[in-house]
Amino acid sequence: MAMFLDFEKPIAELEAKIKELQAMPEHPGVSIADDIARLEDKADLLLRQTYGRLTAWQKTQVARHQNRPRFNDYVKLLVEDFVPLAGDRAFSDDKAILGGMGRFRGRPVMVVGHEKGADTEGRIRHNFGMAKPEGYRKAIRLMELADRFGMAVITLIDTPGAFPGIEAEARGQSEAIARSTETCLKLSVPLVAVVVGEGGSGGAVALATANRVLMLEHAVYSVISPEGCASILWRSAERAQDAAAALKLTAQDLIKLGVIDAVVPEPLGGAHRDPKATVAAVGHAVASALDEFKGKDGPAIRRDRREKFLAMGRSGLVA
Amino acid sequence: MANWLNDVVRPKIRAAFVRRETPDNLWAKCPGCDQMLFHRELTENHQVCHHCGYHMRLGLDDRIALLMDPGFTLVPIPEVPADPLKFKDEKSYVARMKDARAKTGQSDAMAVAYGTMDSLGVVIAVQNFAFMGGSMGLAVGEALVTAAERAVDHGVPLIVVTAAGGARMQEGILSLMQMPRSTVAVEMVRDAGLPYIVVLTDPTTGGVTASFAMLGDIQIAEPGALIGFAGQRVIEQTIREKLPEGFQRAEYLLEHGIIDMVVPRKDLKAKLARIIGLMTNQKPVPVPVALPAPEAEQPTV
Repeated sequence: MAMFLDFEKPIAELEAKIKELQAMPEHPGVSIADDIARLEDKADLLLRQTYGRLTAWQKTQVARHQNRPRFNDYVKLLVEDFVPLAGDRAFSDDKAILGGMGRFRGRPVMVVGHEKGADTEGRIRHNFGMAKPEGYRKAIRLMELADRFGMAVITLIDTPGAFPGIEAEARGQSEAIARSTETCLKLSVPLVAVVVGEGGSGGAVALATANRVLMLEHAVYSVISPEGCASILWRSAERAQDAAAALKLTAQDLIKLGVIDAVVPEPLGGAHRDPKATVAAVGHAVASALDEFKGKDGPAIRRDRREKFLAMGRSGLVA
Repeated sequence: MANWLNDVVRPKIRAAFVRRETPDNLWAKCPGCDQMLFHRELTENHQVCHHCGYHMRLGLDDRIALLMDPGFTLVPIPEVPADPLKFKDEKSYVARMKDARAKTGQSDAMAVAYGTMDSLGVVIAVQNFAFMGGSMGLAVGEALVTAAERAVDHGVPLIVVTAAGGARMQEGILSLMQMPRSTVAVEMVRDAGLPYIVVLTDPTTGGVTASFAMLGDIQIAEPGALIGFAGQRVIEQTIREKLPEGFQRAEYLLEHGIIDMVVPRKDLKAKLARIIGLMTNQKPVPVPVALPAPEAEQPTV
């Protein structure tokens, strides 16, 4: 079922009208085909206009859209012979972070990423993509495994942030995140991260300290959620729109700041309108990012990653 | 902005320029036991209550004086772009920075010193909670990278004393990127085979905890320090439960296997020196902690 965001309302109304007309029985002598075509043009234009100038806050909503493709969609369409792997070998299996090995365009890879869940039940099972320490420790285990067997690592980022809870703190949430970031930096195999939805703070960085960081056109990546930032700095979560704009969290902002390497275009009207095309576009972008590391040895790959992050803030910032 | 006070002038002389925060009354109330404490005694006791042992926050200069032997040098930190996002909430970031600099006499929230600790060579990086809650932005990241480079150049251990609410929101994604960046700094020290030791002080939370602050070869915390990833209010709102007694305090972390030890401030220097001595096979020679001199006795220039 299609879900429309608030600002998509005019588009939704037009599309409903088109559907209504299409459902009407044919009457000899009365042609509604022209009307339908006209309305379709209008809807298309409106969609193009709306998505051509989304605000940072609107993008945040698009990035959180529940019909966007998620971890399992990417794996299903991009990875052959997928073997899901589970557990941190210490405490449990955190379903907010999934992972496994498979074949991506012929080469063995390890895929690790957040999963928010498809429906209410799924969202509860996957804890809305908010991982606990055991999730990051599973990611560490899988990345180290990939490193030993020379598999490239692909990470898919889609999380509101790491889970804030008593048990997560008791089991060392901070340490797990820090160690996951450190593991990313140590890998001798190429690591390509794609922010496919929400890149929520440290919970995202833990998997996104990559050689190449790609971002979908309407994804967001931020140090804090706009709501969180607004409630601290504006003392009102109502000011989330202002905070979203101030935080510069869109893919378009981040490429200017030199934080990401490429923006992957989404289908017209956002990834949720055409998940298959979105997944295919991500596949192309990941493949060409991985190709950059063909023939490079482990130390060179590590150096590339380190220097990339070391340079952030030292140079290249537009004043 | 080059802060020549911070970069060039020796700490003692600097203290004559930058006014120490002196309370109007000479008594302070202990937040732990409500006893009234004579300000001078508190200074002599490094801001620890001698009735109940409550550890109050220690200022930057006093912290460095507590840990380093006299004669250390402050390491200049390269300048970083100011206000890269042109951030403005109810107040502009530029104005907030100006206030913080005026209040602390520091250019940002981390200072780096090179010298000896009980005669063993070390580099220490100290986070300053008084400067915008110690928050980590480009400048703190740069300070950590500089500290790591210094430690590697001199072949000495790196000790980081943390105190921060988290990332500096006003630098947006660039503050977030200091998490991997500071981790690169830690890796530089590790690759050189040098010890990296973290001293967690009150409070250390958020993105700081979830990066360099949790990666020490040895993790030490001061008694009672609040240390955690998520803020307590956020956790309470998420789980709708009351938090257990002592939650996210140093002793709680020790109990849960997250840190190695809780060390009272008076023992901190000797303990660090002993650890470094063992990790680098040297023998420390104790040098007494120099008490911060009362303001009137500061030399004038």
